[in-house]
Amino acid sequence: MTPLLAATSEAAINWHTVMFYVIALCACGFAVIVALTNNIVRMAFALIVSLAATSGLLFLAGAYFVGAMQLMIYVGGTVVLLIFGVMLTAQKAFITMRTQAGDWILGLLVGGTLLAVLVQLVFLIPEWQSSNYQSTADAQLVAYAEELKSQRARGEEITAEQRRRLELMAVKASEGMPQRTGEIGLALIGVRADKIESEQTGLAGYLLPFEIVSVHLLVVLVGAAFLARAKRHHHGGDVS
Amino acid sequence: MGEFFAGWFPAGWEFLGYTVAALIQAFLLVNVIALGAFVFIWAERKVSARIQDRLGPTRTGGAFGWLQSLADGIKLLSKEDLMPKDADPILFKLAPYVAFAASFSAFMALPFASGWVALHLNIGLFFLIAVLGLEVFGVILAGYSSGSKWSLFGAMRQAAQVVSYEVPLGICVIVPLMICGTMDLVAIGDQQRGLFTNWLIFHDPFIFVVFWVYFTCAVASVNRAPFDLAEAESELVAGFLTEYSGMRWSLFFMAEYGSMILVSALAAILFFGGWNGPIPIFSALMDWFPNYLGNCWWFSTTANLFGLLCLLMKASIGVIAMMWVRWTFPRLRVDQVITMCLKYCVPIAAVCLLGVMFWTALGVPFFNDLLPAQDRALVREGWFKSGEKQADALLKSLSPSPDEEGEVE
Repeated sequence: MTPLLAATSEAAINWHTVMFYVIALCACGFAVIVALTNNIVRMAFALIVSLAATSGLLFLAGAYFVGAMQLMIYVGGTVVLLIFGVMLTAQKAFITMRTQAGDWILGLLVGGTLLAVLVQLVFLIPEWQSSNYQSTADAQLVAYAEELKSQRARGEEITAEQRRRLELMAVKASEGMPQRTGEIGLALIGVRADKIESEQTGLAGYLLPFEIVSVHLLVVLVGAAFLARAKRHHHGGDVS
Repeated sequence: MGEFFAGWFPAGWEFLGYTVAALIQAFLLVNVIALGAFVFIWAERKVSARIQDRLGPTRTGGAFGWLQSLADGIKLLSKEDLMPKDADPILFKLAPYVAFAASFSAFMALPFASGWVALHLNIGLFFLIAVLGLEVFGVILAGYSSGSKWSLFGAMRQAAQVVSYEVPLGICVIVPLMICGTMDLVAIGDQQRGLFTNWLIFHDPFIFVVFWVYFTCAVASVNRAPFDLAEAESELVAGFLTEYSGMRWSLFFMAEYGSMILVSALAAILFFGGWNGPIPIFSALMDWFPNYLGNCWWFSTTANLFGLLCLLMKASIGVIAMMWVRWTFPRLRVDQVITMCLKYCVPIAAVCLLGVMFWTALGVPFFNDLLPAQDRALVREGWFKSGEKQADALLKSLSPSPDEEGEVE
């Protein structure tokens, strides 16, 4: 993966960018299909493809663990549950759904607000606008190695600490992103091992995304319980 | 491989080299499934015939009928592609490809020898398990979109079975992961170098039990008999496959055989030393002639080819064992399938997980040495090791070391 990124930064076609656009188009296109189609089963299928493409984006970004997590939780778990629910509950009348005008307005409002926030966020962080993360890391690595070389030429030995730093920079240039599961585990509780070298400490780690995932699962469970409960209204006397 | 091909192209066009490398890797991976299915479909007939005291195919292609799969393939290609009137046309046509793609993409992260892997992920094991769970999706799609009650029943049964067997399968897979301390499949395989006593199955008594649970769950999760009630011919007239014919039908079976190879190869890597042979011939040779063989590319390639052969052989043994099980045991009822999973596999796997944990934590002596602790740490720290290598190469290329200069003078 490394040499691919390093080579393509100056190549005729930036292959990484091409793949990004293909997969992003896939994710967005199927998301639009989810919104537009009326058949509920096709909707679920398009949702799965969209989520799988999102995990492809994560893989492209080098976040393998999160990508595989996305596959396992969303595509493998939640959506299969969703399909089960659809298949067990959807009768003829519910298979094709009609969206009311009020739902359209509400949906556009929520979606538009989210889009505005996200677009603002994208342009907030300058590094996200440039695709030369890899070449910067490579340049830093080469510059540091040159520095060590000149130091050696002056007759000074390279210390173990400097060598360790060079190794870390080489790893950073080769892997691009933090991938080791140990580091991700540390990052989950707030220790960002990948940020130590760049002196950007104090970052919060990945606890928030994980919380969101768990809340999402909780919502799914509550929804399932609600759906199962709604049918028993006739049995109880005082239950509305 | 990418670097090798990139050298063939002028500056600025190296991406063509990487594309060529990717295409070659994809071609090889497709052929693992296609040729694997070709061989194993024939082998299944022969194995079942021997078990039932018959001969099996004998005519097509000489004495052993070894061209039978090709004849089957031609027959399936020439069949009419049918679709029921009530079917959902788009999903019905898509479902076989979804099932096949799920099976195929898992092969991306499967190492075939030390370092011979299309996509070297340091979470390879997790990725494999995650992708293996996606196959159920193609089955559900196929069952639902067929518009037939047999298909729907079959799909529901199959989905219930696969989803519930994922639980013990996941627990079983955690045990080797816990011993090796990494999810990187290449590192897990490399840690079992040396004599066959280093294979993880001989690590302690608990993991020996775990392997059998893993094998049971693997058979169930690839939907083979005795857990094949989802496509039971006598009760469900082939379940979710009822409405499929011709090429689409065979795509499902390609996916099934692909998954069989996958779980067997995974078992070989996790429990049976992966690409390491029972006796470490090549590393012994390397130890005896370190100066001569240390930098020989052909020696390491030969060693890796031998490893590939070892892994394929172990995987084949696993697949043959699955066939043997299929033609020996009676099919389980649906309640027996779930009982097997929840009442036996999950508790046994969980107890073994605890057992291995205490075995490791209390420092009970292993029956094997796996690797000396220092080497194991090196393999585990492969991430830093790669950085070390690159730093070495970089320093060397930037400043020739004094003794090399001396040689030049």
